[in-house]
Amino acid sequence: MLRTFRADLHIHSCLSPCGDEEMRPRTIVTQALAMGLDMIAICDHNSAENIAAFMSAGSEKGLTVLPGMEVTSKEEIHLIALFDRREDCMALQDLTYQNLPGENVEEVFGCQTIVNERDETIGINRRMLIGATLLPLEQIVSTIASLGGVTIASHIDRQAFSLLGQLGFIPEGISLDGLEISSRTSKEEAQKRFHSYQRFSFVRFSDAHHLEDIGKNITHFLLAETTSEEVKMALHHQEGRRVVE
Amino acid sequence: MRAGKDRLLGEVTGGYTSDLLSDVIAHSHKGNIWITIQNHPNIVAVATMKELAGIILTGGREPDADTVQKAEEEGIPILVSPLFTFELVGRLYQIGISGMSPC
Repeated sequence: MLRTFRADLHIHSCLSPCGDEEMRPRTIVTQALAMGLDMIAICDHNSAENIAAFMSAGSEKGLTVLPGMEVTSKEEIHLIALFDRREDCMALQDLTYQNLPGENVEEVFGCQTIVNERDETIGINRRMLIGATLLPLEQIVSTIASLGGVTIASHIDRQAFSLLGQLGFIPEGISLDGLEISSRTSKEEAQKRFHSYQRFSFVRFSDAHHLEDIGKNITHFLLAETTSEEVKMALHHQEGRRVVE
Repeated sequence: MRAGKDRLLGEVTGGYTSDLLSDVIAHSHKGNIWITIQNHPNIVAVATMKELAGIILTGGREPDADTVQKAEEEGIPILVSPLFTFELVGRLYQIGISGMSPC
């Protein structure tokens, strides 16, 4: 039985230097439910250290929280990675950490807070999460695919840190699962502007860094259940799964 | 001149040109003038961290509104030029700004 699910699969927590300090598990899960969402994903910059806390906060309240990351390639392109299993997400984090130079400068880029499922601070991440990894775009995409995850190019309508902004085109043969359009561009405008990329599914997520932005830009998926595997099927129009326009 | 007027007379130790922030973080030096086409607020964070003398946006690009705001807060001068990067860097080099590190 397929049904429509409301998804916001690109939300930053307080672990992202640019994420608001109130972006903590219970607070975000409560807000997501209040906004009528069926599933969310936490995608912090180059780290997944808050994922476990968010997944347990979600399961306590009956909200699906997918483990995810927003990885920065060496070309400074942001890529959303979504998984079902936390271990797969942590494997991507391992590769990211091995290729992420620098230390965070808190006063300049912001605080990187690690929390538990009760919204309490349990640590500070010292890596420069806002920075770029040394990994080429293709390697990140193929790694996510080999881990069974979903890869979506972030906010392609923006100039900064996007696949189209940095490269100007989508390389041939790259196994992307979808393209994200930010809230800055309407659906109609996106259809026109990105007409030549219609072979990819377009999705809209909030990219929320502040609580009030959660659920403001979402995608409806026709799925059997709220998993990243089902989302992947929807992005490739398989077995009746699809993005609902 | 779009922001950071008060700091405009600071000493320029040299120049650096790149549109990859990670590259600027890795290779620019304190007091460098940075020439780029990136106009988002993160350029101010990079300039602050590396204590750069200022940023020049080329090709007539304008800084985003939040970039200007952040630059004012941090006191980072932002200038814009109608010239493309190659031409602007050539002219700056001619007036004595070098890309070579003094040390």
